[in-house]
Amino acid sequence: MSVDAQITDDMATIRGAGVDSIVEVRGVSKFYEPDTQALLNINLEFPRGEMTTLLGPSGCGKTTLLKIIAGLLEQTEGEVFVNGMRIKGPGPERAFVFQDFALMPWANVIRNVSFGLELRGMPKKERYDIARRYIAKVNLTGFEEKFPHELSGGMRQRVGLARALCVDADVLLMDEPFSAVDEQTRRQFQEDLLSLLQIEEKSVIFVTHSIEEAVYVSDQIVLLSPRPGRVNKMIRPEIDRRGSADEIRRDKRYLDTVEEIWHELRDYLE
Amino acid sequence: MEVLGYRIPAIFSLLIWCVVWEFIGRYELVFIFPPFTGVLAEFWNLMGESAFHRAAINTLKAFSYGMFYAIIGGIALGFLMGRVEAANRLLGMWVNIFASAPLSSLVPVIMLLFGLDQTTIIITVVLFAIWIITLDTMAGVRHVSQSLVEMGQSFGASRWQLLYKIIFWAALPEILAGIRMGFIRAVKGVVIGQLLVSIIDFGRMFATYSRNLYMEEFWALTLVLFIFALSISFLIGELEKRVEYYAAQR
Repeated sequence: MSVDAQITDDMATIRGAGVDSIVEVRGVSKFYEPDTQALLNINLEFPRGEMTTLLGPSGCGKTTLLKIIAGLLEQTEGEVFVNGMRIKGPGPERAFVFQDFALMPWANVIRNVSFGLELRGMPKKERYDIARRYIAKVNLTGFEEKFPHELSGGMRQRVGLARALCVDADVLLMDEPFSAVDEQTRRQFQEDLLSLLQIEEKSVIFVTHSIEEAVYVSDQIVLLSPRPGRVNKMIRPEIDRRGSADEIRRDKRYLDTVEEIWHELRDYLE
Repeated sequence: MEVLGYRIPAIFSLLIWCVVWEFIGRYELVFIFPPFTGVLAEFWNLMGESAFHRAAINTLKAFSYGMFYAIIGGIALGFLMGRVEAANRLLGMWVNIFASAPLSSLVPVIMLLFGLDQTTIIITVVLFAIWIITLDTMAGVRHVSQSLVEMGQSFGASRWQLLYKIIFWAALPEILAGIRMGFIRAVKGVVIGQLLVSIIDFGRMFATYSRNLYMEEFWALTLVLFIFALSISFLIGELEKRVEYYAAQR
């Protein structure tokens, strides 16, 4: 056994003992024909109960990786495990929040929110009761009967989030969920998401291209480099989140981490 | 439209044409146009005739059966071609040919195959209406947003659930537009079918009227079909308005 392999094995042992991973990505590559490589040999572990962000410039394959974990795209090589089980497609332990919200425009808020449960065949009263609870958690009480076109972008994404929470999945997969809403809404949304996740105890995989957003919300950041997408660096911001939002954004660790990532990303651009 | 500051309702232009028609009829300028008031009087007469009632009921039956099959078949075919690329390659050319072909020329062949009765008329109606419904449904199914489909998949929708809970609704505005145009074509189809078969119902009436130059009766019957086609088009237009609010932002 080579020294390198020895070290990797030791690390795996240490990690295996200490960290409980909910999602594991092993050797995943994605090629598009004829020879475009979107992802190359990705190995990642996503700790249970934590928020992990996939961060990188456009073209680094972060959304591709998220969709492979969701089971919406098939990888060319490698395997993905969720709760130790190899995945073959979408599953009830994962729920997706879409960049463009993906709400059904012909259905009102409560039907959209409860749609995952409707697909499972849960009776209407039961699923509407559950949906109402999550509509309240995302502060949309009173909007149950409204249709998506009557809501603002921020409210629509709250519907998308409530829908994902409603099915009680272990992992939330969020694909640039705030990129289509304005900056004020975005900040408010980030704070709400953090406090909501503390109560709900979900594991989250979050895709973004905003460095500030990644540092603000994440326990762990995976930096991806483009063409082909590869894991470049793992960062754990270790920010003290007990303070207010403004305190966090002025925190030295927060600012240093943003700076550090910016330097990394700038290298790709050059 | 405004004249000298007064708003003129749209119906007014129709009235002008009626007056022109009446004038042409009164002074016998073009022999195929009898006075419009005469046509209207004949229209009321027609409504009371039992021959007309029988013809109307038969025509409506052929029309309804034909449209029923055309809608079911058109939507099914449109879904198949919209979702399965192989089906599109296999059938696309034929559907497009039929959609633009002069179908009247096929009616005699259908007549040979199915005889001189209602079946031929129903098949003619289907043949006239189904292709536009197929093409519009296909366009609707093709344009369903990828993220709505992925949403369904990620929340565990089966293939069947994906079709009837998401894709059908997302494609509904196009499907309805196709059905509306299908209905208008079907009105043509039913009359052309009856004219070519010529011994039944409205076709027989049209043939008798034009052969004997009963122009008032001829126009009265035409008026009936006009009103029928326009009312159906209006009703489906109203249905389309109900899905308009989401057609723009799918």
